[in-house]
Amino acid sequence: MSLDDIYRQVVMDHYQNPRHHGHLAHPTLSVGLHNPSCGDELHLDVLVDEDGVVRDVAFEGQGCSISMAAASMFVDRVRGKKLEEARRIAESFKDLLRRRDADRSVLGDLEALEGVSKFPARVKCATLIMNAFQQAVDRMESEGGDPK
Amino acid sequence: MNLAVLRSEFPLLGRTENGKRLCYVDSAATAQKPQVVLDAVRRYYVEDNANVYRGVYALAARATQDYEDARADVAALVHAEPEEIIFTRGTTESVNLLARSYGEVVLGPGTNVVTSPAEHHSNLLPWQQVALQRGAELRFVELDEDGQVTPEAVAAVVDQGTRVVALAHVSNVLGTVTDIARIAAVAHAAGAVLAVDGAQSVPHMPVDVKELDIDFLAFSGHKMCGPTGIGALYGRKELLRQMPPVYYGGEMIEEVTLTSATFKEAPWRFEGGTPNVAGAVGMGAAARFLLDVGLEEIHRRDIELANMAADGLRRIEGVTVYGPRGRRESGVVTFNIDGVHAHDVATALDTDGVCVRAGHHCCQPLMRRLGAASTARASFYLYNDADDVQQLLAAVAAAKEFFRRVAG
Repeated sequence: MSLDDIYRQVVMDHYQNPRHHGHLAHPTLSVGLHNPSCGDELHLDVLVDEDGVVRDVAFEGQGCSISMAAASMFVDRVRGKKLEEARRIAESFKDLLRRRDADRSVLGDLEALEGVSKFPARVKCATLIMNAFQQAVDRMESEGGDPK
Repeated sequence: MNLAVLRSEFPLLGRTENGKRLCYVDSAATAQKPQVVLDAVRRYYVEDNANVYRGVYALAARATQDYEDARADVAALVHAEPEEIIFTRGTTESVNLLARSYGEVVLGPGTNVVTSPAEHHSNLLPWQQVALQRGAELRFVELDEDGQVTPEAVAAVVDQGTRVVALAHVSNVLGTVTDIARIAAVAHAAGAVLAVDGAQSVPHMPVDVKELDIDFLAFSGHKMCGPTGIGALYGRKELLRQMPPVYYGGEMIEEVTLTSATFKEAPWRFEGGTPNVAGAVGMGAAARFLLDVGLEEIHRRDIELANMAADGLRRIEGVTVYGPRGRRESGVVTFNIDGVHAHDVATALDTDGVCVRAGHHCCQPLMRRLGAASTARASFYLYNDADDVQQLLAAVAAAKEFFRRVAG
């Protein structure tokens, strides 16, 4: 295992120049997540329209390069996508990190985080954003909306 | 004991990680185990295993004897009487037991517990919660510039309502050493007891509960080269006698009817259920091992290596070292590489065979004060040597270069 496997240029670029960083003025839902074992914090705003399309998304947080880069890559990837597509992206990404057959075609920049799978202690950093997103979707569904 | 011989007593230290020499500098989290401890646990199971106190047969008598011998060995480590040692699962359970049992006796409206903002969560939360439940106040000592708890700062907050002063002997984040003897005098003058979190001190330096005038002392087996899942609470005899049991069940009773019960004397009244006998045996062996090596010698080496590491880290441009500005008095060195998250630092060091802790070290309030969401921590112990320091420094320098390059 080598550091170059995990800290690729594109990863560090997302870390240093996070996409969609900040807050949305009128989010459909906001989720705050905290990883108690390492102290990482993540705030996610999602704006979903009546067709179940992620119209806009923004995040803010404090954490390691892996958690912040993954958040930037993920929100960039799901923006403009239907919720079900977004879910597929999250699932494919988790498969990639579990070293299972993953649908790489949906991953975009997230594929650059494949090396994290060699560092089991860091997988939870990379998936923090997916957990936040999943929580947001679950809450939308339980609150009676039909985000598809 | 010569250091090379001492190191060879620890089977795990001979391993490699990622093809590199293993540099284990995370002993503040847990210590490695010497062969004598592993052998003692195995011998107990192979030769003496039976349930303690209950059996009439010789085998059970040997198991009971092993368990009580271990209590005496652990007591000797801190200069206590054997019956002043309660076996627990570790420091966390020790403090919880103390807060619940002693808290029930002394805490209520108008009383307070004094602690510091630098405590490990395990020495904060039990007091925080018991104070909430019993309507008592939780007061905090002001830390000085070095993050130290001074006797003067304790004196400034204790009053006639103070029942317990609860402080760590050595900070697991900053490595600062608290002047326990003088703080004991301050606490006693106010009519309070002093409860010390010894998780980071008992394994690393001579701790004499009589000389320091400590009323309660919590510590863990696994941080002192013993097994996990075992620890101890020392309590002054007169105080333990006043305290009610917390865990009710087998073997802690004198007489039971369907509607009432009387309980054994301390410490047995606090050890309901079948205890972790093998763990206690291992912790007893660890106590003897530490006394053989010498706590003064262990403390001297911890300090020497920590100062060597802190000085070396400060010489690497772009590295921040936390804690005392002057000479370190314990084996803990906390640091960050500027602009690089501590988890990224720890991953980088891992690829060089170096094991450090990264995160908030279960001390979120203190970390907020330091203005660092997380830090990396190297902590030294009796089996570490100058090669470990050099390997750490080289790995930190390489990590700094690596992140500078990829962040280009």
